[in-house]
Amino acid sequence: MSQAAIAMVHPGFDVFAIRREFPILAESVRGKPLIYLDSAASAQKPRAVIEAMVQAMEHQYANVHRGLHWMSERTTEAFETARDAVARFLNAPSREEIVFTKNATEAINLVAHAYGRGVMDPAKAVLISAMEHHANIIPWQMLRDERGIELRVCPITAEGELDWAGFERLLADGRVGLVAITHMSNVLGTVTPAERIARAAHDAGALVLFDGSQAAVHRRVDVQAIGADFYVFTGHKLYGPTGIGVLWARAELLERMPPFLGGGDMISSVSFEKAEWARIPHKFEAGTPPILEGIGLAAAIAWVERVGLEAIEEHERALTDFALARLSAIEGVRIFGRAQDRGGVVTFALDRAHAHDVATLLDRQGIAVRAGHHCAEPLMRVLGVDSTARASFAAYTTRAEIDALAEALERVRRFFA
Amino acid sequence: MTDAFADLRDLYQEVILDHGRHPRNFRRLGPPARHAKGDNPMCGDRVEVWVRLEEGERIAEAAFEGRGCAISIASASLMTETVRGKSAKQARALADAFRTLVRTGRCPMCGGVHAEDLERLRPLSGVAEYPSRVKCATLAWHALEAALAGEATATSA
Ligand SMILES: Cc1ncc(COP(=O)(O)O)c(C=O)c1O
Repeated sequence: MSQAAIAMVHPGFDVFAIRREFPILAESVRGKPLIYLDSAASAQKPRAVIEAMVQAMEHQYANVHRGLHWMSERTTEAFETARDAVARFLNAPSREEIVFTKNATEAINLVAHAYGRGVMDPAKAVLISAMEHHANIIPWQMLRDERGIELRVCPITAEGELDWAGFERLLADGRVGLVAITHMSNVLGTVTPAERIARAAHDAGALVLFDGSQAAVHRRVDVQAIGADFYVFTGHKLYGPTGIGVLWARAELLERMPPFLGGGDMISSVSFEKAEWARIPHKFEAGTPPILEGIGLAAAIAWVERVGLEAIEEHERALTDFALARLSAIEGVRIFGRAQDRGGVVTFALDRAHAHDVATLLDRQGIAVRAGHHCAEPLMRVLGVDSTARASFAAYTTRAEIDALAEALERVRRFFA
Repeated sequence: MTDAFADLRDLYQEVILDHGRHPRNFRRLGPPARHAKGDNPMCGDRVEVWVRLEEGERIAEAAFEGRGCAISIASASLMTETVRGKSAKQARALADAFRTLVRTGRCPMCGGVHAEDLERLRPLSGVAEYPSRVKCATLAWHALEAALAGEATATSA
């Protein structure tokens, strides 16, 4: 969509009005207004989310799917409405395909167990990329070590994009059973070509899982348009509460997969001899689910829809371009990730200072960034660095904050010079 | 003259920047020096510490190599200077006092026998404000203690 078209569709995007919806942004840190540039680690929460959860706790709360009383019926309804909201958010064909988990990590583990151990042919390989978060590496390594499956890693280019030729080569022998890949790198910002990946995977006889933990926050995701088989994301990065994540999978796959965890709520009948599994998605939701978190997530999705994902994407694109220009103009700053299609994270290093010192010195100036390996140690090795610093942006981030980051970073550079 | 970096300097005092940039005793010692590695997987800091003991268990020389942030390098560098000439027992006592210093920011032992050494290490006490950075400061000391104990690796706790 062109700039003009976006402006027409979302004439009302006002970052200062948005900021007023986030109570925490009025806080100060070390006597300075908080400049929060760590939203990729976890986003702050708008009042709508906070109030939805408080509202539920104060007025309408009980366990779900169990009580035959008014409170339980209402709470069940609110929680199941959250499932509808997520299904619409991802354009899932059916609400039964939405499984609530604790976070994205658990959602990927669920697939590694129930699909990887339960359904996938152990002679098949899993293909990941060099820019995965540990959440999309370790569950597959565990599967490999337990079942002896092969784990393949697709390289990335110097710009931080998926090495497409390498990707096709790794699929060529038709032995890959599952491609598990990020939809947006939490380090490089790279947005991967999801539709193209799904097509190539399917052509090679593989299924595809996208780790949408970052992508779902920054752009509209349509699992049907992508042609995905599994898609996961995590609530707390989407302005929602912690403690809730989402697995979407095609119903036909969920039907074939055995349960992941066992307990209450996931069975239809139990005797000491055997149990019948509940229908999907409940088969995968053992125990009391994240009820308040589901209600909070629904409020977060409603909030994002109200602001408009396209407007947020456009806002973040402008901020990212601005940040890339501002930071690369600073002497000694190296930026990691120059993908064409990218989201609002900028990872960098200063040549004379270690990333931890940079982060601490930025913190002293009231600016929160992340430093370290960003849960992507193998990627750090590919980039040839021990650690990097990362600034990440959200709907509430302003250009002035990026200016402040650039100025503070310039001071850090001079301080260490 | 006013210091344009006063707000940064309280944590990164000149001595830390200096030792971070130009670490002292940054080299390996050959056998029979004892040595141990310290690894902080959380932040990728890595140091290796060597100690050469004289008769009577006195530290004749301490040296290190490694990479990491200014805090961990400066701390290792200052450590190799302060433990020189100490007995293994004194070095361990100093390590304890130093850990208290960087964990709490307070120095209950600063009036005691190691007063002078602790005064030299005091610039590192600012990390007490950053619990996640305390391990950077203590890493080399853990490695030193492991080397003195004849262990090959230390895990920073
Ligand atoms: C790309 C990516 N995948 C997975 C995760 C894991 O999310 P969570 O810790 O909420 O499971 C994160 C967040 O840290 C991420 O950035």
